[in-house]
Amino acid sequence: MTVSLSLLVAAAVLNAVGATLLLTRSLTRILLGAVVLGNGVNLLVLASTGSAGDAPLLYPHIIRNRVTDPLPQAIALTAIVITLATTAFLLSMAYRSHQVTGSDEISDDTEDRLVALRAEFLDRRGELRDRYREARAEDGGADAEQRARYRAARKRLRRRVREERAYQARANEVSGNLWNDILGADPEDYREGRELGSTDAAGRPGPAPARIAGPSNDPEETGREPDSRPGEDSGHPPPDQPDDPGGAGTEGTR
Amino acid sequence: MNALVPLPVLLPLCVTGIKLAIGPRLHRLQRFISLAVLGAVLVLSVLLMIAADRHGPLSVHLGDFAPPVGITLVADRLAGLMLTVSSAVTLLVLVYSLGQGMADRDDQAPVGVFHPAYLILVAGVSCTFLAGDLVNLYVGFEIMLVASFVLLTIGGTATRIRAGSTYVIISLFSSVLFLIAIAMTYAVAGTVNFAQLAQRLQEVPLGVRTLLEAMLLTVFAIKAAVFPLAAWLPDSYPTAPAPVTAVFAGLLTKVGVYSMLRTETLLFPGHRLGDLLLLAALASMLVGILGAVAQTDLKRVLSFTLISHIGYMVFGIALAARGSLSGAIVYVAHHITVQTTLFLVAGLIERRDGTTELTRLGGLAKAAPLLAVLFFVPAMNLAGIPPLSGFIGKLGLMRAGIEAGGSWAWALVAGSAATSLLTLYVMAKVWNLAFWRDAPPGAEEEGVVLESAEDDEPGDDEDDEEGRAAGPGGGTGPGRDTGTGSGLPVPAGAVVAAGFLGQSITTTKRLPWPMLAATGAAVALGLSYTVLGGPLTTFTQAAATELLARTPYIEAVLGR
Repeated sequence: MTVSLSLLVAAAVLNAVGATLLLTRSLTRILLGAVVLGNGVNLLVLASTGSAGDAPLLYPHIIRNRVTDPLPQAIALTAIVITLATTAFLLSMAYRSHQVTGSDEISDDTEDRLVALRAEFLDRRGELRDRYREARAEDGGADAEQRARYRAARKRLRRRVREERAYQARANEVSGNLWNDILGADPEDYREGRELGSTDAAGRPGPAPARIAGPSNDPEETGREPDSRPGEDSGHPPPDQPDDPGGAGTEGTR
Repeated sequence: MNALVPLPVLLPLCVTGIKLAIGPRLHRLQRFISLAVLGAVLVLSVLLMIAADRHGPLSVHLGDFAPPVGITLVADRLAGLMLTVSSAVTLLVLVYSLGQGMADRDDQAPVGVFHPAYLILVAGVSCTFLAGDLVNLYVGFEIMLVASFVLLTIGGTATRIRAGSTYVIISLFSSVLFLIAIAMTYAVAGTVNFAQLAQRLQEVPLGVRTLLEAMLLTVFAIKAAVFPLAAWLPDSYPTAPAPVTAVFAGLLTKVGVYSMLRTETLLFPGHRLGDLLLLAALASMLVGILGAVAQTDLKRVLSFTLISHIGYMVFGIALAARGSLSGAIVYVAHHITVQTTLFLVAGLIERRDGTTELTRLGGLAKAAPLLAVLFFVPAMNLAGIPPLSGFIGKLGLMRAGIEAGGSWAWALVAGSAATSLLTLYVMAKVWNLAFWRDAPPGAEEEGVVLESAEDDEPGDDEDDEEGRAAGPGGGTGPGRDTGTGSGLPVPAGAVVAAGFLGQSITTTKRLPWPMLAATGAAVALGLSYTVLGGPLTTFTQAAATELLARTPYIEAVLGR
């Protein structure tokens, strides 16, 4: 069996392009990737026939061993139909995603971020405790002010985790902007009346502003959301909250 | 008898056509049709299983085209058992979902969207079990996947779309890999029929054969959620409606396991990649269960135990001995039932308390003793406490591991014992948090609507606050778009459960009886494997012998 090299090269290029597109975050690009990838694979399926021969039709004076094998073509046809259906579904999903969140980008999993946050919390707490103990050993006994500061720092840390939990329990729309979703709006931004997320407060380079358009970032929108769980009635922290949540852990003991 | 073989695929598909033609009308009739067709599939599956046990594998060449041209469907012992278990489970889940829909007075979405997609899913699963060639297996996968896309994103809320995207993209990728594997197989062997491949692949150079095996194993490992390829599962499953998650967790991963079982024994005997599979099995078991230990949400805990217990089945497949295959088959049957049951119970808990977050649950053993029993039995079953079927499966696998010997097999035996203990620990943790301890202070009042599913419309809030008390006309007006994705209007005032549209959850202290009955029946099905332990292991050993012998299958398809 001989295979046309041009088919294989074309299939390889299409597959590479499709796979690359599939790795992006935007659903529209993924959709294009799926289409390209599907075509590349169909070429591969056709290549498994070997070199092309006569059309697989039964007519008089046909030389049977020169006819192209029709089975891979049938397989490719099946695959084309299936790709079409999947593409249609992806398209509607991208549209729905745009409708609901304002963008068609896929955001991180809330639960994954929670696990990351929990690890960070434990680290920060350990660090706090170590510093407190060190300071106590140096002074030879804890003075009241120091203890109060230590407690305040721990309290802030705990509140942060609680807020994150509350957020996660609501399973809210996730905009993909870590800062706004977990920590609430940046107080400085808010005071200056800047559009939320217009600065790169997230510390998240690249396409973040495009994703911030989600409804959950609108402070009014989040304020309106019901929260009937006891003890966790502060969803996102009020925008003018005095302490800087990002540095909450370590500041208290400095 | 052979004529019955295509029916488990054809019946649900035909009925789906009828249902789509009827549209979201005639709810009672539609519910009856769904139940009847799944009941019929169950009866057919049992018949096929018995016939395959008595007379050997049944096969049908559709349109009477002989392989390699035609489509072949084969029902042997393994396929018969898988069909029976899966159709029993799908029937129970359907009853459960009917109960949920009726309790919500919400008929539009279930009948209009859920039932057709669900029946197509059943057809796809049956198709993969019966497939006698690689392409038909692929088509079965795709039928199942497209239906599962719809079911997973039903309601079209932000969370579900997000979770669904991961699932869709991963599935798409694995489908592409599968198609490449099919193209390669055809280029090498000139056929895609399993029976012909079994004969022809023997003459193929070893390197090429191993490449094909690796490709197919990768595809099936993605479907089955074996460890390095399992990250998508806990992300995507927990957000779906309870009945959907239950049937996905029970069936879809097992379809991957079944395909592995089929191809490894029939096409690639001599397991050159056995050690790799053993490693993957060990990693799945340990990583999965450690993930479950770390979680605090019941649905996610269950998702991680699912990954972990897939490792047991892969363990059995990797050893490829009679005892291990038999153990793996028992384990597949057991795990389909138990995992589905646990997810159904999670759905009941969510219905009752508005959440499955363990830190916010408590006191359920006192408040809902029936629910506690319904959870406790399958939980112990999953952990493998002796008289239950999980123990039978694990015992068979461990015994096979010890018989096989070698450092890998011993490592796996140790790993599976450790996983079993950790599963017990996880289940005890869930039990202690959700059922045994006192209820946390300030537990929600009856009928309060929680927002654990997201609301995307501000107008929903006042609407939902009134909960069930809101009569007709109390909502924001009839025909408002609740975002079903299908554009179906939901009558005003009808409380929509997270079950189907993902909008809000009505908590209710009195759980609807069809849901309880379905869950109870699923628990009973899990227990019946213990009662029928003797016949079941005899049957699975016969199935394993048949798989290893290969000739009955090949002869049934190609003729003597």
